[in-house]
Amino acid sequence: MNARRLYALFVARNLEFFRDRSSFAWNLLFPVMMIVAFVFAFGDGPRESYKVGVVGAHSERLAAFFASEHVRFIDYPTVAAARAKVERHQLDLLLDTASGDYWVNEDAPGGYFMERLLLAGEGDDSGLQRRPVSGDAVRYVDWVLPGVLGMNMMFSALWGIGYVIVRYRKNGVLKRLRATPVTSLEFLLAQLASRLWLLVGIGALIYAGCDLFIGFQMHGSHLDLLLVFALGCMSLISLGLMVASRTASEELANGTLNLMSMPMMFLSGVWFSLEGAAPWMRSLAEIFPLTHLTRATRAIMLDGAGLADITTEIAVLAAMTAVFLSLGARLFRWE
Amino acid sequence: MSAILEIESLVKSFGSLRAVDGVSLSLTAGNCFGLLGPNGAGKTTTIELMEGIKRPDSGHIRYRGEPLGERFRREAGIMFQSTALQEFISVREVLRMFGRFYPRALPLDELVRSCHLGDFLDRDTRKLSGGQRQRLLLAIALINDPEVLFLDEPTTGLDPQARRNLWSLVESVKARGKTIVLTTHYMDEAYELCDYIAIMDHGRVIAEGSPDALLAAHFNDVVLHLPADDVPDVAALPMAHSWLDEQLHISTCDVNATIAELLAAGASLGRLRVRSRNLEDLFLELTGREMRA
Repeated sequence: MNARRLYALFVARNLEFFRDRSSFAWNLLFPVMMIVAFVFAFGDGPRESYKVGVVGAHSERLAAFFASEHVRFIDYPTVAAARAKVERHQLDLLLDTASGDYWVNEDAPGGYFMERLLLAGEGDDSGLQRRPVSGDAVRYVDWVLPGVLGMNMMFSALWGIGYVIVRYRKNGVLKRLRATPVTSLEFLLAQLASRLWLLVGIGALIYAGCDLFIGFQMHGSHLDLLLVFALGCMSLISLGLMVASRTASEELANGTLNLMSMPMMFLSGVWFSLEGAAPWMRSLAEIFPLTHLTRATRAIMLDGAGLADITTEIAVLAAMTAVFLSLGARLFRWE
Repeated sequence: MSAILEIESLVKSFGSLRAVDGVSLSLTAGNCFGLLGPNGAGKTTTIELMEGIKRPDSGHIRYRGEPLGERFRREAGIMFQSTALQEFISVREVLRMFGRFYPRALPLDELVRSCHLGDFLDRDTRKLSGGQRQRLLLAIALINDPEVLFLDEPTTGLDPQARRNLWSLVESVKARGKTIVLTTHYMDEAYELCDYIAIMDHGRVIAEGSPDALLAAHFNDVVLHLPADDVPDVAALPMAHSWLDEQLHISTCDVNATIAELLAAGASLGRLRVRSRNLEDLFLELTGREMRA
């Protein structure tokens, strides 16, 4: 193992990636298109206002609150009709002006702000009574986003590694490298490292973009999420390396990659939950790295899980990476 | 001079085809060694076995007395017949990358000067002309200042001027005491560059030696070429002859006598050409096949 040779290959692969305009554009555009699609399909658009549900008359005593800018006050006939909306984060706060009770979801950032706004200037004797509610206010977009991020990584990892190495083998780039002191391990690690940082970087961009436009839920630690995505990436890249270890035909590689990615795309629980699915389907899903990656990232983002809570997924992803990578390195042929 | 590379009873088959069928050769350090043969004779397979790119089914290859290993990888420079390079990368970046593969690499400007890369140093490798590309591939092969340089048909597809340029580059490498192994289709190229040649056919070496020694061993005649029109009655000629493209070819060991016979037959000798035997003749004689098939 020679770090200088590894670095030389790493740099060359990065340059190739950034300068291949069409492929680079696709790598950036595809996620952006997804974000846009999400905004239109599921997003509420940029949040122009907070929403407060009101039952009863807008009392004079809270005139300052009702005069708040950037808040939409929506009247409801009964508390029962509106309470669920607080639980699902569709309302930031619900106020019953007659009783002085207000309901706020402790998980909702909007609820927090509305509560502060409501209580501003009120003393302890305000007569307002806090009724905390809870509930997983999971919109589909919140639920689907971790899976879509993982799926994007899957495509980029499988094709960016599998297809590219097969092309290198077919056109003789590998043969030329073989005639140098470069070892197969150095070559494979350079490919892995290059794709890993590119994928995690692009993943972070998509994440930030989605957050900016859609504003999804994130209850866990960003560092944990980054680590899990990186690990998931490694498992998918290793899978790509394994596919590419011997294949010399781009068509065959393409077919194999499709054969792997299509079931993963639909059966890894990216788009819909597998909870109600047939047992065989659920068992099948367990062999896909994407299933475990999606489950782990969802746990972090939606449930605020820490790394300790998802040790199973981490162990599975690490084991898959180790198996795919060692098989890929062992089976690897320059020609 | 000692042998730098020795190969012994190499055999390599692809399916039922024995591409290399028991080839043994010994290469002298500092020499230019040429491997000639018709298409499909096993030249490229043999050179790729010598380069360690393919593994022989049986037989041995030794570099400085040892099996091919890390030292060989460090000290060998290889130019393949066709090589793709990573795309979207400039000539300079390619050279920098290959340079980093070796513990000791030639300085970039030295390679740029010796291989004339200055005009397209920052050009994408996909946008090079055939001659520029060959120069770059040669520069890559030279980047580790190799002790032994392998060139597989280095001038195929180049125009005459680019061929001449490449020859002079090879000559300058040779002048620095490096060993060169090359395969070629072109007999003039082999004659120009090689100190020692081996002619292959059907996976075997059918003749080897220095070009002049081989010619001397196989021929003691010269060939007279005369347009057939210049002889009144070809059928009446007393000597053996052959036809090729309306040309009469007459092989002789005694030019004076043959010319006297031609004059006696009433031939006009204004367009007569006399040439000595060359490698092409030797090649045809040994393989019975056209070289550039």
